[in-house]
Amino acid sequence: MHFDLADQYRPRPSFVHHLDPRVKVVVALAFILAAGLMPIGAWGGYAALLILALGASLTSGLGPIFALRRSYVALPFALVALPLVFTVPGEVVYHTPLTGWTITAQGLERFLSLMLRSWIAIQAAILLTAVTPFPDVLWALGTLRFPRLLVATIGFMYRYFFVLADEATRMLRARAARSGEVGGRRKTPALWQARVAGHMVGSLFLRALERSERVHAAMLARGYNGQMPNLAQRAMRRMDWLVILAALLLLVGLLAWARPF
Amino acid sequence: MLASPLRMHIPDGFLTPAIAVIGWAIAVAIIVLALRQTRRQLDDRMVPMMGVLAAFIFAAQAINFPVAAGTSGHLIGASLAAIVMGPWAATLIMTAVLVVQGLLFQDGGLVVMGWNVVNMGVVAAFSGCLTYTLARRLAGESRVAILAASFAAGWISVVIASLAAAIELAASGTSPLTLAVAAMGSVHALIGIGEGIITAAAVGLLLVSRPELLKAGATAPGGRTATLVLVGLAVGLLVAAFSPLASPSPDGLEAVAESQNFLGLGQAAPYRILPDYTVPFIAHPALTTIAAVMLGTLVVFGGAVLVGRAATRRQASRG
Repeated sequence: MHFDLADQYRPRPSFVHHLDPRVKVVVALAFILAAGLMPIGAWGGYAALLILALGASLTSGLGPIFALRRSYVALPFALVALPLVFTVPGEVVYHTPLTGWTITAQGLERFLSLMLRSWIAIQAAILLTAVTPFPDVLWALGTLRFPRLLVATIGFMYRYFFVLADEATRMLRARAARSGEVGGRRKTPALWQARVAGHMVGSLFLRALERSERVHAAMLARGYNGQMPNLAQRAMRRMDWLVILAALLLLVGLLAWARPF
Repeated sequence: MLASPLRMHIPDGFLTPAIAVIGWAIAVAIIVLALRQTRRQLDDRMVPMMGVLAAFIFAAQAINFPVAAGTSGHLIGASLAAIVMGPWAATLIMTAVLVVQGLLFQDGGLVVMGWNVVNMGVVAAFSGCLTYTLARRLAGESRVAILAASFAAGWISVVIASLAAAIELAASGTSPLTLAVAAMGSVHALIGIGEGIITAAAVGLLLVSRPELLKAGATAPGGRTATLVLVGLAVGLLVAAFSPLASPSPDGLEAVAESQNFLGLGQAAPYRILPDYTVPFIAHPALTTIAAVMLGTLVVFGGAVLVGRAATRRQASRG
């Protein structure tokens, strides 16, 4: 398998896909920020944000469950917040039988709110990558005053990580072919396996370093002078301004409604 | 397969927006510094080299080895990058990795990305580099000494980075400090062993095939600024860790213990998984756990120096 299959962009002929990438990046970040600013237990606010995400998913032609399907990625992190159920002081709703710990209503509310928040936020991030080609996201970050050299570096990484991931896959296949386990034979110890993995990492590093030298030489041969050329010229259309204004106003309105100041 | 080996990527929603913004401010300031330092070192080779090496770290994280009970160990890579390329370049490489992981694979949030960059980029790279340089200086130049220093760098970078993440989570009220530090610290103390072995083995391969690379990394510029950055971050994180103790509503666990008579209940219960574990922690919750992690760090560092010294001496007496 080639790793270019791992790219998350989903081309569709939709209105959202055609928006300026800067609009999509700013709105997605504002949406995630709004989710973070929603107070604990503002269930109405969470529902509204969820409906917004769902609406964006439908307008993009991705279908209602696209973002939901991949939104479990942050789930393992829930373990970190789980102790809140026991430690936040408040009204006791349940005693765990063996340990004598107490679950409080406030702790439960806080935990569920945190989970909902991060679950809603991750859907915005999933949608952003699904409707915007990654180079466009980077271009947007560059024009939004991200350090230009960093953006160029990330662009390079995006181009080459498929190449190096393929290289790593070939090495893994070679390892599996040469040191596979045969039934009934003694297992190789973990330390030895770790050393082999480390040697693979080391030789992958050398290959990457040498590749980067070849890439640099090829760039010099083609007239590279330390500046990354930028071909994309885009201007904000009236529709883009309308969408960004409407989205930001909607989010501010939602926040004002959910948390009375 | 491209799933992240390290559950240290904080997702969106787990930090308060105010804390997330502070993280971005620190991250951007250090990234700008790192760009300047690396550009001075590499000139127009910087962009292709950092980009391809970031892709390498990403791909190397897919190289795993089986550990007991169906789990497997992987590389995180900050310390390896720091040993070979110096801390500033490693910070840039890890930043690129983390941005792509967050934007493309939703590994780690976008608004909280600043802290992920600080933890797994800056803190991991600088603590790894500092450990490696110090241990090498103390232990000498033999092969075993260099490998031991690399192991210590790998282990310490992972554990310190996880400690930083735990403190940020606690400062956001997402997890009580004591539990966050204990949980993150103990999990990553195990993950760190794999990281240390892989880092050491990779450095061992480079030592045989391209030893000049390791010498270049050791002379990377900005060593003094690097120490300053690390010390500044450590002080900042410790202040953040202890500020909840000074506030009127202290650590959640303690508050519950007072208000619910939690201590009495806990001791009365006949079955407890770790009977002695919670009691001393409740007495001085934050101090004890952080001190325990720091002690572990010192033990690993000291062990690496001792092993390396012995090896250097043996080599010297033989030669």
